[in-house]
Amino acid sequence: MDRDIGSSAFGPAFHASIPVLLGYITIGLAFGLLLVKSGQPWWLAVVMSAFVYAGAAQFMAVGLLSAGTSIAEIAVLTFVINARHMVYGLSLLGRFSVCKRFKAYLVFALTDETYGILTTVNPPKGVDKESFYATVSALDQSYWIIGSTLGALIGGVLPFDTKGIDFALTALFIVLLVEQIRVIQRPEPYVVATIATAIALVLVGPANLLIVAILIAIAGILPFRKALA
Amino acid sequence: MSAAGISPYVLGAVLAMAAVTIACRATPFVFFMKRRPPEVVDYLQKYIPPMIMTVLVLGSYKTTSFAMPRDWVPGIAAGLAVAGLHLWKRNTLLSIFGGTALYMVLIRIM
Repeated sequence: MDRDIGSSAFGPAFHASIPVLLGYITIGLAFGLLLVKSGQPWWLAVVMSAFVYAGAAQFMAVGLLSAGTSIAEIAVLTFVINARHMVYGLSLLGRFSVCKRFKAYLVFALTDETYGILTTVNPPKGVDKESFYATVSALDQSYWIIGSTLGALIGGVLPFDTKGIDFALTALFIVLLVEQIRVIQRPEPYVVATIATAIALVLVGPANLLIVAILIAIAGILPFRKALA
Repeated sequence: MSAAGISPYVLGAVLAMAAVTIACRATPFVFFMKRRPPEVVDYLQKYIPPMIMTVLVLGSYKTTSFAMPRDWVPGIAAGLAVAGLHLWKRNTLLSIFGGTALYMVLIRIM
């Protein structure tokens, strides 16, 4: 193991990643199972989770691949689903500016859940920030790969009923929101984001809700720049 | 389909997905690699995370149906339990395990 990812970063990073462990293993299981049931080989689940690593897009791809959708269409739909990640990066420019060695991986591995942890949880004093970020990111992706591989190989014969355990990811988002509220105690961002989500739901429905809501929220928070300064 | 017999189509599609996804994630970093971000980005860096967490929480409920209590009560009750537990104890794992356990019980008994 690289010395930069020392034991000092591993403990806090693992602790921060446990909610993602629950969610990614179970949702990954579901993904792997679906993919294999649609007629793809088991290792395609591993390849996708290792190189695409975008949950919603991977689920979407299961249906698109078995329907024979054109590659161009799949690329456009992947863009629509993952466009929100452009905004995530925008708010991490400062945080990642201290990162050197693992920056490329941190950018590659920026899922919703990892973004939430990296923008909300601060590593304990004395722990190198980049090591903490990189360890959280790598642990999260390892859970996703393990889950989807298991799902593809043995998902059909699981002996226990895990229905509902994926609520852990909703719970993680709620915890991270509460933590944000502790730090940013102004109503504007929360009110703007709530209204933006409602507008987006009316405009586009559930399918592309996130990116539309986020774009409306950003437009909506701009007028408050003076008030929030 | 055998392990060796994957089609060029599937391989191409997965490559395209990987390329598009990394492009989405890398765009802001590449764009601002050489130039200084405008001041408004400093402002947005502070307020985007709370807005995104709000959208992600609300988005988790985007397909919730309100037709029958059993459709929405488990998710809403467990969500409130998570927030309540977290405000009270501020123990992330307790909040998440507690809320998830409540959710799993409610969807089975309701």
